[in-house]
Amino acid sequence: MAPYDFAGIAGTATYYLVFLLIGVGFGAALEASGFGDSRKLAAQFYFRDMTVLKVMFTGIIVAATLIFLSTSFGLLEFDRVWVNPTYLWPGIVGGLIMGVGFIVGGFCPGTSLVAASTLKIDGVFFVIGVGTGVWLFGESVGSFQDFFTSSFMGRFTVSDWLGIPTGVVLILLVLMALSMFFGGEIAERVFGKGERWGFSLVPSSKWKLGAAAVIVAASVVVAAKGQPTLSQRWARMAPQEEAKLTDRDVYVHPGEVADLMTNAGMGVGILDVRSEKDFNLFHLANAHRVDPADVASPDFLRAFKQAPEGTVFFLVSNGERDATAAYKTLRSAGMVNLYIVEGGINNWLDVFGIDPCVATPLPKGEGDPENLRYSFARAIGEKTASAHPGCPCKEVAVLCDSAPSELADGHEHAEGHEHAAKPAYTPKVKLQKKSKPHGGCG
Amino acid sequence: MSESDQAKDKRAEDKPKTPAKTPAPAREPRPYINPYVGGVLLGVVLFLAFYITGNGLGASGAVAHVVASILGTVAPDHTDHVAYFAKLAGGHKSPLSDASVAMLVGTVVGGALSGLINRRFKVELRKGPHVTNALRLAMALLGGGIMGYGARLARGCTSGQALSGGAVLSVGSFAFMFAVFGGAYALAYFVRKLWL
Repeated sequence: MAPYDFAGIAGTATYYLVFLLIGVGFGAALEASGFGDSRKLAAQFYFRDMTVLKVMFTGIIVAATLIFLSTSFGLLEFDRVWVNPTYLWPGIVGGLIMGVGFIVGGFCPGTSLVAASTLKIDGVFFVIGVGTGVWLFGESVGSFQDFFTSSFMGRFTVSDWLGIPTGVVLILLVLMALSMFFGGEIAERVFGKGERWGFSLVPSSKWKLGAAAVIVAASVVVAAKGQPTLSQRWARMAPQEEAKLTDRDVYVHPGEVADLMTNAGMGVGILDVRSEKDFNLFHLANAHRVDPADVASPDFLRAFKQAPEGTVFFLVSNGERDATAAYKTLRSAGMVNLYIVEGGINNWLDVFGIDPCVATPLPKGEGDPENLRYSFARAIGEKTASAHPGCPCKEVAVLCDSAPSELADGHEHAEGHEHAAKPAYTPKVKLQKKSKPHGGCG
Repeated sequence: MSESDQAKDKRAEDKPKTPAKTPAPAREPRPYINPYVGGVLLGVVLFLAFYITGNGLGASGAVAHVVASILGTVAPDHTDHVAYFAKLAGGHKSPLSDASVAMLVGTVVGGALSGLINRRFKVELRKGPHVTNALRLAMALLGGGIMGYGARLARGCTSGQALSGGAVLSVGSFAFMFAVFGGAYALAYFVRKLWL
């Protein structure tokens, strides 16, 4: 499903070529619309020529309608589409500054490139100015870094904000744009041609009316169809994903998980879907507990999506069943770099062991595999070396009178323990990058 | 452009560079296309960018890469010490090998092609009627500087934030868009001598 991971499929050269061709289309569309002429751009701000408004908003509503038609019909995976993260106040202040630059210089960065490409000298000067401004920003941003990263809201769409479906937001956006076109054309007649104020509801052109009807109808289709639900998305991805589960590609040996947890170059998130009771008895270091029913909740998914790039997530339950169910939900929601701890907590404790005074194993093969197969004398949480094997860096509770030297000092722990030898495993985790977060502009 | 021209352009959507009713004399630049047709073209390009690559359009980010590259050549030590540029060009990293730079090159090529086809590819200076060449160039440089600074603060330019973010309904992008237009409209009256 689109979007495609071109860099992965066809190599970097093809990836760049695709961007280059998109750039050609972008530059040609801007130039052909007259965006290479600073006078035409500036006239927007005196209501004499509303080309900027018309081109920009037509572009936005056409692209938005096509994007959400594609996602409605399952052709495009929206979670892998780059949405500019919201940093509200830096965006607004930066925008106001840019508005000043726009009316003083007569261009914005993209249009100045197009002007320069057709040898307009003012465009060339503006481009040099932009470069200088970018340089000054780079030199000075260190002094207001706090503001620059303030009011971060992550991936935040209007639909998330208003709590209404994407299709409805699209209809409202289309109607807003059409009203602005209507008002813009009145303004052009009054300020541009000196005609009297006034408007007529009789359409000035049946082609405009027809085009407007088409885009309104398309946005209504998007709203009526709705965005795919998690179970619909799973149905679409089931063939590949079920194969990954059957081939056990996503079940990662505890030894590999433990190694990655101590790997400073990689972020690791442990998502524990067990009951609160079992979680309190024992959990992996820095694990987050999430109720299986909450895995699909928008708040949880949002927090998940905002994890730093390069974070690998491991789902864990006592066995594998509950973790696998959560895996399906999260994959349907478009999460990448998601794996399951092989054999769950029970297997983890089998591999790394736990001090006998804390917990003792029960016989295998009895009862529900999702039951904790260790009998805990007390709740230890993560204050045991078994929660972070190979990392003698965390607090370890002194609990066992029988073996105080071993447990009192984590640094000696690794040498003395019978399970300290590193378990052998076949590495399975492959870090997949999210769609590169630059959008050409970042 | 008259209403009948606009209607004609709508019909000729698949070849929008068709000249208007009366063909222009050989050396005259052709008229610009109908803004709504231009918007549809821009929207389709933007959609394809998202559909194929998952990313939108943009220009100012690539400029940052080019600036970092120049800075890295002129003053490599300094570049390594300014966090913002070190991220782009520190050590042995080449700041120019980035998809946004490929798009920047494409934008220039696409603009030049459209300019050539429509006979607008020539050395010119566009300015308001009551402004000297020197003032226009000074203002272009100044405006560009302000724009470049603001674009990095806002994490994107009109195309990267407003257009691309708007199409995927980002809240920040709409706030940004209204701020740009608000800033420009608020100041427009005071600098009207530059343009009217």
